[in-house]
Formats: sequence, structure tokens, C-alpha cells
Amino acid sequence: MTPTTPTTTTPTTTTPSATILRADVPARTAPGARDLRVGIDVGGTNTDAVVLTADGRVVARTKQPTSADVTTGLRSALTAVLDSLGEHAGRVGRVMLGTTHATNAILERRGLGRVAAIRLGGPATTSVPPLQSWPGDLAAALSAGSVVLPGGHYVDGRPISALDEDRLRAFLDTVAGQVDAVALTGVFSPAFTDHELAAAELVRKHLGDAVQVSMSHEVGSLGLLERENATVLNAALYQVIATVRDGLQQTLAARDLDAATYFAQNDGTLMTMDYAADYPVLTIGSGPSNSIRGAACLSGLDDAIVADVGGTSTDFGVLVSGFPRESAAGVEIGGVRTNFRMPDILALAVGGGTVVGPDGQVGPQSVGYRISREAFVFGGATATLTDAGVLAGRGTGLSAERIPGRAHARLRQALADAEAMLADAVDRITLGKADRPLVVVGGGAFLIPDDLPGVSEVVRPDHGDVANAVGAAIAMVSGTVETIIPAGHGRAETIAAAEEAACHRAIQAGGAPSGVEVVEINEVPLSYLNEPALRLRVKAAGPLGDL
Amino acid sequence: MQSIDRITPDDLPAFARGCGVLGTGGGGSVDSGLLAAAHALAEYGDVPVVPLDRIAADGLVLPLSGIGAPTVSHEMPMSGEEPVLIAAEVERIFGRPVSAVMASEIGGSNGVGAVAWAARLGLPLVDADGMGRAFPEVQMVSQNVAGLPVNLIVLADVQGNLTTLRPVDGPWSEAIARAVTVACGGSALMADYVLTGAELRGAVVEGSVSSALRIGRTVAESGEPVKALVELLQATTLLTGKVVDVERRTGGGFVRGSLILDGTGADRGRMLRVEIQNENLVAFEDGRVRACVPDLITVVDVETADAVSTESLRYGQRVTVLSWPCDPLWRTPRGLEIAGPRAFGYDLDYTPVEHLR
Repeated sequence: MTPTTPTTTTPTTTTPSATILRADVPARTAPGARDLRVGIDVGGTNTDAVVLTADGRVVARTKQPTSADVTTGLRSALTAVLDSLGEHAGRVGRVMLGTTHATNAILERRGLGRVAAIRLGGPATTSVPPLQSWPGDLAAALSAGSVVLPGGHYVDGRPISALDEDRLRAFLDTVAGQVDAVALTGVFSPAFTDHELAAAELVRKHLGDAVQVSMSHEVGSLGLLERENATVLNAALYQVIATVRDGLQQTLAARDLDAATYFAQNDGTLMTMDYAADYPVLTIGSGPSNSIRGAACLSGLDDAIVADVGGTSTDFGVLVSGFPRESAAGVEIGGVRTNFRMPDILALAVGGGTVVGPDGQVGPQSVGYRISREAFVFGGATATLTDAGVLAGRGTGLSAERIPGRAHARLRQALADAEAMLADAVDRITLGKADRPLVVVGGGAFLIPDDLPGVSEVVRPDHGDVANAVGAAIAMVSGTVETIIPAGHGRAETIAAAEEAACHRAIQAGGAPSGVEVVEINEVPLSYLNEPALRLRVKAAGPLGDL
Repeated sequence: MQSIDRITPDDLPAFARGCGVLGTGGGGSVDSGLLAAAHALAEYGDVPVVPLDRIAADGLVLPLSGIGAPTVSHEMPMSGEEPVLIAAEVERIFGRPVSAVMASEIGGSNGVGAVAWAARLGLPLVDADGMGRAFPEVQMVSQNVAGLPVNLIVLADVQGNLTTLRPVDGPWSEAIARAVTVACGGSALMADYVLTGAELRGAVVEGSVSSALRIGRTVAESGEPVKALVELLQATTLLTGKVVDVERRTGGGFVRGSLILDGTGADRGRMLRVEIQNENLVAFEDGRVRACVPDLITVVDVETADAVSTESLRYGQRVTVLSWPCDPLWRTPRGLEIAGPRAFGYDLDYTPVEHLR
């Protein structure tokens, strides 16, 4: 695809619209082909859905308000695009969903399962017990009990202790009947999985299949407490994600549409609904990834900087070989530290609704969705960056007539300052390399000038305001493996094994066996160990397999 | 200056921030130490802080520090019982009870950890440490500078293994303790230079617990944290700018590298290079030394004045590099021999930071 020509963008997308845009649907790629894909992104304000053709063209799209229960808005958006497809609706073979459902459940402590947190590491690790740093109300909402039991491994693979099955059973007896799920976290389990696997087997036997088991080596990477936190959150979210899955599948069944369904995850790749049912916590943070990937698809670029300009903020991300660059530090979810892979996002309090102060200060307050009433250009009495943009001749379709003359000077000052802030953010996120294009999406895209320093060009693709839904629809699948390996002898074999395991995980997640390949190998030397050792991370990714 | 008499759970965040600033880029992340300290204070109560002159002349002081690979301690936190084992062994050897705990290294995770260890033992924490900052090696402590013998090293691991060493000198203590730590799975708690109150006078950096807490409180309470920090520490601002390059390589078990900063604002057009070996060691501008070990060099966030550790340095960060004088003990000939620029392989003479402009 080639970059599309710039289009005009009206700065009003903070207001939900139910407009359905329908372009011509091309003929089937083959007789009977299920060659259309639906991408849905549930955001804080809007639920967006798009329909893409096999070659990535948008043929239908909608924006619906996000509902409190998420599922209602999801159903409206899906129904709207399927309706607009008319007789072509039966050609939809896949539905991809990016949702904030899990995040909201944690933030609002709503619908969470009861979890027993079991750490395998005693006698080590007891200086910091499980859930110690958690907000009290969140721990109370989901914890049915926690314990540190013998087990786990040293960095070199020796067991810290043998697994104590009797003590494990004794603990399970204390929580039986009160738990929906069990979270198992073993010391160094990302490198040595056997204790977690054996304990999971025992838990299933002892408590029955109705109780689900989360194993930390499948959820997170090295860093015990952060991985344990992520595993406990994962265990608490099984029911939450099952509700979304069921809602989506009922909608599809009601339309007699037998489409394969996927969830978007935080690294910008997809998992099948069944896989996601086991790893619900991985759906957290898929929004920014989808927006970056969607911007890439719409612009036809693989390496670029992406700016998603919304009403209250601009999120900058980096697209490297088709994937969002990941952050070095772990993220906090609802006050809980985790070590999740998340896109490296730089958020700046500059958006279309950002309020311009009496002396021309830029934000950080924003009028948010009230922009359509409060900004000068819409007849309101608040100076915003949208007014500043219109005054400067951007944001076509809006007149500067309603902007009072006395505000002109400070609006000009604010726009200049906002541009300086944007340029500064671009420099930070690009690491000073000014050779890449900037793809601008979102309702406030007009705020970004065409001559922004630090980028080779500014690209404004069509459908940029639904880039996140597009990103969900076009995502690939991936698998990641992380472990500790000796630096010298045996290194090559260990890397080969990790590559194979990563590919296997990507195929499990729905990848086409022929298309999955290793996309990243990252080795970090460990300090203060006499035996040279490396922390190894291997990621494999590829397109979805055939239906 | 006013000193403090106890550490409560409410003090911990500020104390950890102060330990971060005194960590001069190294000393390990304060985050996991903070969790262990919070847990220990909740279980065992507040920790009294006492000045060294309140310790009886024959009172035993137990200096403690964690030793090992940060990646290991991040994945395998301590059991929490290590201090109990070490104290029992020391009391058996000396035939009398331990009076107080001391942080061997106030900078970074070992400073925060000392609160957890003192709480576990139900003992006061001496308002002093063996560095006044962070250093990478076991022999780089003030007791060694003062010529006190490394009479005894006791290590305890997560399993309950206890190892007692009688090394002949500082470098041997580093070599053997490091080897034992590897056998222990890469992480252990260590007591070295177990000495009496009388022996420790003049041989430790006094007031460092108060100092860390004061730094953390000043930074937390000020509207202009960096300015307040500079005033408090009487620090020299080497440069305010942006990180433009971070180079890291590992050698001899340590992370070595350098950091390049490009001046912004009033410092536009100037560049600073900081040499790193776990900690920030030497700062150069135009080939001239602006500051070097054992004086403290810390990189702080330009907005929050939070210390930026060498591991978390990244391109584009807006930072201020500060340097301020080390404890006078480090400026003696023996102090410089142990932890001056030449001890880290830099062929340059030490000049106090306040004389470098």
C-alpha cells in the first residue's frame, strides 16, 4: 500500500457518532471465500468497528458510544457494520476485538474472581509475602488467601526446595469452595517450569476442573513480585473475559455468522478467544498497540513514529518493523506493579480540547468531550487548542469568526508552545533520529503541523480516527519466551530451544505454522555473577493461519 | 542539623528516595528493599535510630548488606530470617549480644534494606554507614579506610546456610565472599567489620540515615525539588541537559559504560560525559574532569529530583547531574587508594569537586 493523500479532519471526534461509512465491497477473492475481517476497539469513550478487505481496505466503519457494561456497545458496533455490509456480511471470516474490559474490571474492582495465590519459593522470598504492596481494597476484592510454600529454583536451576505436596494439599483444603482460580508462581519459573507444572496438576486433581489455574511462567517474565502480581490478576479475570467472549459469540450466533474470534493483546498481536480465555490479563493495554499498528496499516509504513491526537492528550509510539516498540519498565495496573510487555508510549497533555490559560499556558486541563459546546469555535467561552488551530488556518470546515479578538495573541502563543512541546516529545520518542515519517491519527490530528521538526514527513492517512479498530483487524500473532542461559558452553543450543518454544507459542495463539518466524532475540548480560550468564528473550510472530 | 530518632512506615518512601540519591547511580533498586522494609515494620514495629555516640564503647554493632546479582534478588527475594542467623552467629563468636544494626552502604537497596533487618532483629539502627554513598566492592568501606581489620565476615543465605570467613585483607574478603554468594545461588546477606562502638568512632560516615531521610523529605516537600536538593547537599550542578547516548558493556562481573549528556537551557552548547561502573565514577567536560570518585555524582530527574539509576538511563531523559563532597575520610591518602579514581582504573589524580570548575 502507498501512503494515502492527506484528508481533512474535523476536530469533533470526541463526540460519538453512529455514522456508518460504506465504500464499495470488492468481489470475493475466491468463490465462497470468507475474506472480510472485522476489527473492534473498545475505548474509554467510543467503541469503534471497521470492516477490512483481504488487502487491508476499509469498507465499513462505525463509532458507537462505549457502554458501561462494554458488551452492549460492542454489540451495537458489530451490528452496525454487519448491517452496512448487507449481503456481504456472510463473508466475514474473522472478528478481532481490543477491549478495556479487563482494565476496567481491575480499576473498578468489579466482577473479579476469588483467587488463591500460591508462591513456590520457600524458604526464600518470605521477606516480601504475596500481595504485600497491593491496594487493600483490590486485595480484599479478589484474594481468598495466599501462602509461600517450598519449591522453586535457583538461577542455576538447582531446586530451592522440593515441592511439598502435603503442604500444598493442606493449603488447598483451607481455600476449597471459596476460590474460582489459583495463581501459581515459582521462583525462576520462566527458566525452570517443572514445579509450577507439577503443582498445577496437583491443584486440578485436588480442587477439580471448575477451578482454573494460572501459572506464572505463562504470564510474565523475570522479576518475581511483578510476575506474581500479573499471575494473580490473570487468575482474577477469567470470568470477566469469558463474559466478553460470550457476548461477542452470542451476537455472531444471532446473525448466524460462524467467524473465528480473537482478542488483541498488549504487544500488538492477537490471540484466539480460547487462548485469551486462559490469559485474560494479556488483553490489558491493547489500545495503544492497536492504534500504532492501525496507523501503520493505513499509511502503508513499517517503520514510523505514530501520534494519536485525542481530546485530552497525544500518545506517541514507535513502529519498528511493523511492531510497536516496547517499554523498558513494567507498568502499573490499578496500583499493582507488573512486568508486562507494553508499547513504549509517551503521553503528552496536548489535545484538541486542551484549555489555553489566560496567559497562553497550554493545559494540562482539557474540556474533553464537552469541546463541542465549550470551545470558542463551537460558540462556547473557553479557549482551547482547537481554537488555536482554527485561528492558524488548520482544521478546515470551522470558522475563526467566533474567536474573540482579545484571545488571538494568547492562542497564537499557545499553539507555538504546543508545537514546541510536540517537537520535544518527537525528539524523545525518536531517540534523536530524524529520518522517519510521523503518522498522525485521531480527532486532533490537525494540531500537528506539516513541518514538525524531527521527522522526515507528516503523513495523515484516511480513516485515521478509527486506526485502533483497524489495528485490531490486521494484527499478527506472537509468542515470547524468556529465560536465563549460560554465556559460554551450551548457549547456542539454549537459544535454539527458546526459538522453537517461542514459535510453538505463536502457533498455539493461532499463527500459521508456515508463516511464524523469530522476530526478536534479546540477550542481556547479568552483572555480579562469577559464572557469565545472560538473560535471553525470544519473540516469534507471524500471520494468522488458514480458517 | 536535626537528626531523627526512629523510622516509621510513613518515613519509608522518603527514606528510599534519599537512599536512591546517595546511591550515585548504583547500589541496586530501592523498590524491592522498600517492600521488605514495609513488611518488616508492619510485623515487628518501628526502628529506633541512634547516633553512634549513644552506642556503649563495648557495644557490638552489626553492619549488614546484601551481596549478589540484582537480577537474582529481583527474582529471589530474601527469606527475611538471614539477619537472625547472622546475629546469632556473631553473638556466639563474641559471647555477648549485638547492640545495634548498621547499614554497610546507605546508597540504594542496602540502605532501605537495613531498616528491614534492624526491624527483624528488634534492634536500633545506628545513624551511620560504611560509605555515605554506594560502592561496588566489599573492601570499599570506611572501616577499611580507617585501618580496621576485616576480622570477620558472616554470610547467610535464603536456605539458612551460614558461612563464616576470616579473610586476610579487603580484596580477599571481596573474592571469597563473592564466591560464597555464587554457591548460595547469587544472593546473600553479609555482615562484615563487626566492631564495638568505640572502634567504629571515626571509622564510619556518621549521620547518613538522617541524611537520607532529610534528602527524601526535602525533595518530596519542595516545589522546586532540584534546587532544594542542591541547596541541601551544597552540591555543584555539573550540567542540566538531555541524555543523548548510553553505552553499556559488562566486564569482570560489573556493568561498565558511559553516559553522554547534551546541555539544555542555560547549559546549551555544553556536553558532559559520565563514566560508569555500576555507580557514576567520573564526569568529564571537554576532556577536563568536573568531578570524580570518591565524591558523589548523582543523575536526577530534572522535574522530580528522583535519582536515575545507571540501569534506567535512557536516551532523551531530561536530567541534572549533581556532585557533592564525600565524607572527609575518603579524601585521606588511604581513602583515595581504596576508592579514588585509580582504584577504578582511571589514570587521574583526585581533586575535590568544590575545587573543579
